[in-house]
Amino acid sequence: MTRASADFAQWRGLPLDGILKTCRDLFEDPTYPTVREWRKPGGKVLGHFQVYFPEELAHAAGMLPVKLRGGQADGVEVSQHFGSYLCSILKTSLDLALTRNIELDLFVTHPICDGARNLAGVWGRNFPYKSQVLHLPQNANSGGSVPFLAREYRRLARDIEALVGAPIRDDVLNQSIALYNRSRQLMRDLYQIRRATPWKLGADESLALLGMAGFLPREEFNALMEEVLPLIKARPARPQDKMRVVLSGGFCEIPPLDLLQVVTRACYVVDDDLLIGLRWILGDVPVSGDPYTQLADAYFNNSSYSPVQHDNNKENEKLLIDSVRKANAKAVILGSAKMCEPGLDEQVAYSNALDAENIPYFFTEFEENQATFDEISIQMETFLENIMFDCDANGELINKLVA
Amino acid sequence: MDLSHSQRASSVESPAAAGTDQHGSIVGRGARDSARLTRKWFHSLDETAQSGQGAAYVFVMASMCEVLKTFDLPVVFPEVTALQTAVRGTSEDYLSQAEDLGFSSDVCGYLKADIAMHHRGAEHPMGKIPKPLLVVMTNACNTYFKWAEIWGRMYGAPLTTIDIPNERAAHSLSARGSDDFEFEHAYVVKQIKELIAECERVTGKKFDIDKFRQHLAYSNVIGHYWRKMLHLNASNPAVFNALTDGLAYLGMVNCYRSTPEGAEYFKNLYEELEFCSRHGIGPTIRRDGKEVPIEQKFRLGFLGVPCYSMFRGFPELFSDWGGIFVTSGYMMFASGGIHFDHEYEMKDPIESFAEGLLLQVRDLQSGLFFELPNVESKLSPFKLDGIVYHGVKSCRTASSGLVDRRFHAAESLGLPSLLLESELVDPRVVSKAQMKNRVDAFFEGLISRQQQEVIAAR
Repeated sequence: MTRASADFAQWRGLPLDGILKTCRDLFEDPTYPTVREWRKPGGKVLGHFQVYFPEELAHAAGMLPVKLRGGQADGVEVSQHFGSYLCSILKTSLDLALTRNIELDLFVTHPICDGARNLAGVWGRNFPYKSQVLHLPQNANSGGSVPFLAREYRRLARDIEALVGAPIRDDVLNQSIALYNRSRQLMRDLYQIRRATPWKLGADESLALLGMAGFLPREEFNALMEEVLPLIKARPARPQDKMRVVLSGGFCEIPPLDLLQVVTRACYVVDDDLLIGLRWILGDVPVSGDPYTQLADAYFNNSSYSPVQHDNNKENEKLLIDSVRKANAKAVILGSAKMCEPGLDEQVAYSNALDAENIPYFFTEFEENQATFDEISIQMETFLENIMFDCDANGELINKLVA
Repeated sequence: MDLSHSQRASSVESPAAAGTDQHGSIVGRGARDSARLTRKWFHSLDETAQSGQGAAYVFVMASMCEVLKTFDLPVVFPEVTALQTAVRGTSEDYLSQAEDLGFSSDVCGYLKADIAMHHRGAEHPMGKIPKPLLVVMTNACNTYFKWAEIWGRMYGAPLTTIDIPNERAAHSLSARGSDDFEFEHAYVVKQIKELIAECERVTGKKFDIDKFRQHLAYSNVIGHYWRKMLHLNASNPAVFNALTDGLAYLGMVNCYRSTPEGAEYFKNLYEELEFCSRHGIGPTIRRDGKEVPIEQKFRLGFLGVPCYSMFRGFPELFSDWGGIFVTSGYMMFASGGIHFDHEYEMKDPIESFAEGLLLQVRDLQSGLFFELPNVESKLSPFKLDGIVYHGVKSCRTASSGLVDRRFHAAESLGLPSLLLESELVDPRVVSKAQMKNRVDAFFEGLISRQQQEVIAAR
């Protein structure tokens, strides 16, 4: 099996700011030029919708897994396919495929929400390649869930094998898992830098970097991160007296980078759930034993949280508060994509829990393609100013600067 | 009997003219019984609530009533109690309260109406609703999870999920007897047994497998007559309107699932409808305080969910033109899939129940996401003149794919279709005038098409 390569070489040799700009430009480019490069010599592409997808399966087969996350699209083409009451990411993802900005060989969606569950049918009617649901169980608490998911991964693997014309060997899959383990560690390192020294990297810059993992060959993403993380640590940025906040709500449709830039100017985002699916698994997946079972087990038992996964053992609002405490954050931006039912429903639970813990929060809705941020900027700054001089029960300023 | 369009209206007899048979006033019995049984159901919930006892909270897409009734658990269907707030014209108040509590205007109206009701001490227009002792949900709708999580926070009720593997891609169902199917079946069996264990824990009662068999037997009777009843509408004239009578039947098939009353109701209902079919008696519509037969000029299929906030007004937009909904996807998926031809076997009842669940739920989901071949086909046994696609913000499960389906069906079906968007239980966002314009234009198109067909046939 020949592995196609799309050498993303533009960043090499650039200073940090140049690398970040290159990443941002690529992240915002709706034509996915590196994916086109991958396809030219015959490389095959598996497109997967949000939130989590076991990319190792595609990688082990020599395919390029691409996370479909919407993007800049005018929506003309897609208006004949979707009603008015749906979130933007469903529409723009389809639009980019209909307008051939991105071309796939296989499409996979997940039962994360009622809109996404319909995508297998919608994409299946519009494209000649197989469009399917990967049935990630919504019963995380059954003794049968891990074996079921392992088997479901094998079922998908059969489809991938049929497409590439070769079996996925377990040892090759374990190698892919090892590669992705390293990748996830690098992402955790990135977020550790943001928690410890948030002045060194804004939320927008972080997302632009992280987002490269959604469409670059993972080897190239890892190489990028290995190079960039030391540069970030050495970045000569000065800490400022800004509020430390956690940003919640970007688990699927993400806010535009310009909006994140506005947020970053106002405060330090020390943790977030942006593209959480790429770093869903929290630790290394063992590379011994049955890889499908290991991946399935990790999905349930060594994973993050999100409004789209129901698990009786994961009380999302408590996990949000834990993340606030771990990041030494003082407030939360409770965001939700417009029309996102799980996100909007969860906002109520989160706000009630934050109220109970006396943690201030700011409610907002966003849309991936919004172009004006004046209103949200003013509201957020007002919110931050209002709590800047709040004190805790001991009379200490809640926003004590942590050097 | 196959009639041309012009003959249909005149041939539909009025119930009074048809008279009655030896069973007395058989025509209309189903409507009277469903009204009585609905009141009875709400009354029983009120009694349960007043006594301080709890109930099992379930959803229409796979309610597990067969298991829950084995433990004598009263069963609450929050989708039914929520839609009743709209039918009774009180939903706006509940929705506003839920939005004051922080729920977005863009989330499911059923959920909001229900949560607001709970914040009012579970006072419903039709009585008090008991608190949840146990919540059982399936993956047939993702809103079920967020909804259940709210009850979990409010009441501390344990939440049990039954995750049922669906069709992954069009035309890709695992075949019965295949390894994939058997694995999926085993997965569902395991979860049913986990549910049984949870019911034992919550109720303190042991699972009685013979009692379970009895409830399965009642569901078999209900399913048998439900399927026959749906098929009756393939003939002319249709004997019920899927968007009016059908909604009442859905209330019964859910609230009385796996019960002797449910079995009796559907046996009697089929008897009535079969009588109507033999005598050419069609459904009626209320005009000027009287029930008058619908002039059945146009046979329509319905995809999506109803507009409960325009409970009578919405179907009237169509019946005013002689349009009757002879079939709907709603009567399939909202019945929990009991339209799917499966009889529970008594030898291994848990395994058979799990198999039925797998087959029924994946079939109803396939109808929601991929296709309904009995409706969206030129060869539909229902001989449709048109299809109405009705999308609502409150139900992305049933609505998200409708526009695309219509787009693709338009060419292949060769049938006129109408796309409407309104809402499930929120009267604030429903514009009757706008819908009427579109419905009127649709029928004008249908009439023009028929006239052209007549001319072409000469």
